[in-house]
Amino acid sequence: MRRDIFQAIADPTRRAIIALIALQAMTPNAIAENFNTTRQAVSKHLRILTECELVKQEQQGREIYYSLEIEKMKEIDKWLSQYRKMWETRFNQLDNVLSTIKKRKK
Amino acid sequence: MNNDLLFDFTVDKAAKTVYITREFDAELSLVWDAFTKAELLDQWLPPKPMTAKTKYQDFKVGGKRFYAMVSPDGQERWAIQEYTSITPKTNFKMYNAFADKDENPELPGSEWDHTFSEQNARPDKPLGRGTTKVSITIYNESLQRLERILDGFTIGMKMSLNNLENLLTTLSQK
Repeated sequence: MRRDIFQAIADPTRRAIIALIALQAMTPNAIAENFNTTRQAVSKHLRILTECELVKQEQQGREIYYSLEIEKMKEIDKWLSQYRKMWETRFNQLDNVLSTIKKRKK
Repeated sequence: MNNDLLFDFTVDKAAKTVYITREFDAELSLVWDAFTKAELLDQWLPPKPMTAKTKYQDFKVGGKRFYAMVSPDGQERWAIQEYTSITPKTNFKMYNAFADKDENPELPGSEWDHTFSEQNARPDKPLGRGTTKVSITIYNESLQRLERILDGFTIGMKMSLNNLENLLTTLSQK
C-alpha cells in the first residue's frame, strides 16, 4: 500500500525525526534518545516514513542508519509551488473576466 | 494582470489545509457571481490551455455542480461540487470530489470554504468602486490528491523549487 506523504508529515514526532536525520544519518537508538517515547514507537514512525519513501535505510556494519530522501521532500514543495502557480494563473484569468464584464456594463 | 492586488497563499501541511486570499478590482456582487455561476466559473477556473464545461449546476444548499476540466487533447476530468452552506454574497462552502463521467464520486474529496468581503474604498478608488477580498480555505483529507490535480497543469509551467532548508526550518518550528 502506498502511503500518503502528507499523512507522514502530519505527525509532530515524525516531523521531528525528519528534522533530526536531515542533518546526519542516525541509528534508531540514537533517534529514540531524542524523544520521550519508547524505542518501539520510534521504530513505528521510521517504518511509516520508510513506506512513504521519505527516509532510506543503510546498513553499516551491524547498525542500520536512517537518512532523509531529500528528493522526496523536494517533491512535496514542487507540488505545492505548482499548485500556487495554478491559482495565480486562475486569478489572472478571473481579473480579465471581471474587467471584461465591467467594460460591458458601462 | 493586477500586480498591486493582494495575493496570499499558505499551506499548513500538518493541518492538510491550503489558505488562499486574493483581492479583486471589482465590486462584491460581481466577484460573488464569478465564483458561484457556472458560466463564469468555466471562463476562469481552468488554467489555460485547459478548458471547462459544466453539465449542470444547482446553486443551493444540497445542490451540485457537475463539471469537467478538459485538456487540449480532449481528455475530460470530471468532478462534483456539492454546496453545503450558502450565505449570499458573504460565504459559501462546498465539498469537491473527482468523479467519473457518470457522476460517481471518488472519495475522499476536499472541503472548500469561501468568504467574500468588500474592502473599504481607498483614496485612489472612488466610492462604490472598491475591491473585493476573497478568502478560500481548502481542506484535503489526502493532500496527495494535489498530485492528481496538478497532473494536467504541469506542462509549460515554470517550477520554482523552494529549497529544502526552508522546508525543514518550517517543519521543525511546528
